[in-house]
Amino acid sequence: MTPALRRRLVLALPWAWMALFFVVPFAFVLTIAFAEPAEGLPPYAPLLRWSGEATAVLQLNLANFQLLLDDPYYLDAYLRSLRVAAISATLCLLIGYPMALAIARAPEHRRNLLLMLVILPFWTSFLLRVTAWIGILQDQGWLNGALLALGLIDQPIPLLYTDVAMYIGITYCYLPFMVLPLYATLSKLDPSLLEAAEDLGAPPWRAFLQVTLPLSLPGIVAGFLLVFIPAVGEFVIPELLGGPGAQLIGRVLWTEFFQNRDWPLASALAIVLLAALVAPIALFQWRAGR
Amino acid sequence: MSLAEKPGSAEPWRDPNAEPFLRIEKLTKRFGDFVALDEVSLSIYRGELFALLGGSGSGKSTLLRCLAGFLEPDAGRIVLDGQDMAGVAPYARPVNMMFQSYALFPHMTVAQNIGFGLKQEGAARGVIRDRVAEMLAMVKMEGFGDRKPAALSGGQRARVALARALAKRPKLLLLDEPLSALDKNLRESTQFELINIQERTGTTFVIVTHDQEEAMTMATRLAVMDRGTLAQVGTPSEVYEFPNSRFTAEFLGTANILEGVVEGVDAEGVRIGSSELDFDILAEPAASKPLGSRVFVALRPERMRIERVAPGTPLGDNRLVGRVRDIGYYGDFFLYYVVLENGKDVRVSQPNLRRRTERPVDWEDTVAVTWDRQASMVLPE
Ligand SMILES: Nc1ncnc2c1ncn2[C@@H]1O[C@H](COP(=O)(O)OP(=O)(O)OP(=O)(O)O)[C@@H](O)[C@H]1O
Ligand SMILES: [Mg+2]
Repeated sequence: MTPALRRRLVLALPWAWMALFFVVPFAFVLTIAFAEPAEGLPPYAPLLRWSGEATAVLQLNLANFQLLLDDPYYLDAYLRSLRVAAISATLCLLIGYPMALAIARAPEHRRNLLLMLVILPFWTSFLLRVTAWIGILQDQGWLNGALLALGLIDQPIPLLYTDVAMYIGITYCYLPFMVLPLYATLSKLDPSLLEAAEDLGAPPWRAFLQVTLPLSLPGIVAGFLLVFIPAVGEFVIPELLGGPGAQLIGRVLWTEFFQNRDWPLASALAIVLLAALVAPIALFQWRAGR
Repeated sequence: MSLAEKPGSAEPWRDPNAEPFLRIEKLTKRFGDFVALDEVSLSIYRGELFALLGGSGSGKSTLLRCLAGFLEPDAGRIVLDGQDMAGVAPYARPVNMMFQSYALFPHMTVAQNIGFGLKQEGAARGVIRDRVAEMLAMVKMEGFGDRKPAALSGGQRARVALARALAKRPKLLLLDEPLSALDKNLRESTQFELINIQERTGTTFVIVTHDQEEAMTMATRLAVMDRGTLAQVGTPSEVYEFPNSRFTAEFLGTANILEGVVEGVDAEGVRIGSSELDFDILAEPAASKPLGSRVFVALRPERMRIERVAPGTPLGDNRLVGRVRDIGYYGDFFLYYVVLENGKDVRVSQPNLRRRTERPVDWEDTVAVTWDRQASMVLPE
């Protein structure tokens, strides 16, 4: 076996994986998005139909996409989801950056322990952790209980089923995805660069702004995307902690799919969401690569 | 090349009234129980190029980092140009450092790197631009201002690091093994340039190195460090010609060490009886040590002569007899390893004076090794 052939074989594995678990399902969803809803199972009509004689008719139904653009209900859901994701990712960044910096600057023997603590929540069920927040945030919950006991408030603050609770939940659940890439870049930073900055007259905070921050930009971008992308389509946390009014794209999708059984519309929703996320990221990658 | 060898050059350290520019007084630094600097006292004068030399772990970097302010000493004082440096943060010290790894900011251009220090001071943009251009010219890097450090060679990075460290006109420039990442030829030419720039700017340099040749050729004075203390301080030739201990004799250059006892002192010189070999060593009167004291005699390989003799020739004063075990060919000189009858090795070097002639001395020859009495460096045990 030549090395070139071997390399191709090795590379074939991830490509096959991608094809099997991304391209094929995506093709299904794409197909359904162009179909017409129908009674029956599956609840959509096939794209390709035989029209009596020996001709096949390919019928692409664009009505689903048309509806998404025309009905402000969907556009609102998209925009609200993007905003929620952006705010959550920013919150994660503001909390995660000091954490990652502290871990990266900790003595070497303590770093692994601290990293473990960051990852530890992953070892319990995601649903369980979100549900635990209900116990903390509800009117008779720990947080209100503690505030009442301290005499800081005399009535419970309604927290659960508000945007605040939703942001707490999303930030909490996605924080590790921010901390880990940030830690990866910050721990690689040569400490003598900071010494050089200080030596040349920059007090620590200026050294941070001029050296640490710009050099950790790749970690910031990676962490932001790792939080932002899944947060846009997040369904469980807003459903369990957030208010009933906030129509996010995750819930709209769920409703269309399971309640209205409108698979084509749900698929179109998913395709547009994907396009809206992939296009700017691809553009960013392309510009960064040059 | 070294300033100290130049006739007529100022030697402020010889003047008892001269005020040192940098005064280090009983500086002590501990890491836990480990004493990295043990009451180090040292005076450095304005315009000096002072080298700190020493083995790995001897405390050179620790001393330098105390001067830069990165380490807070546990005891002692650092006074620079009359100002006590205690409690002065690194960013507030009129001291700059050229790092061993150069520590150039990878996200900034060469010009931004060099201008970084001035920018922190809030200097006007035009002032920074002019100074950067001046520094680029000084290190012969005009036209490289817009490059990123990643697009430079090792030697070019060293120049940028030097320019950056000098841009703020520091009172004191610290250099931690500045040239150790360069290959030999580049290192030598860069050494010359460093000395030129040092002389032109008049900045006081303290340079850490464990390359003794670098220290010898560059420094006005040097200090040999040993386990957190200064073993000896002096001009390169003082330390090389008049080491004060076996440690410095062996650390700076090569030395053959013989043991003996002082048996006689007279106007003519010192007579040292060697117990390990049955012969006497003669030294100059200046080398005098108390009668009967045990001493080491250090002999530089280049101060000894070697000649072929008939087997069985007796020893004499300053005359050893042995067999050539090995010959090292270095191009410009030969290094002979002569094994004495008691098994001790003596290294003798001889310049390679003539091309394509037979060596006067060959493997397995019986030889006599001789030297003049002023070549005997007598050291306390
Ligand atoms: N931060 C530190 N914590 C503990 N010990 C240290 C620390 N820094 C230095 N040391 C110890 O202090 C001693 C002197 O170190 P230093 O770096 O000054 O040596 P050096 O002379 O510069 O050696 P080298 O030539 O290898 O650079 C060494 O034994 C080192 O292990
Ligand atoms: Mg060092």
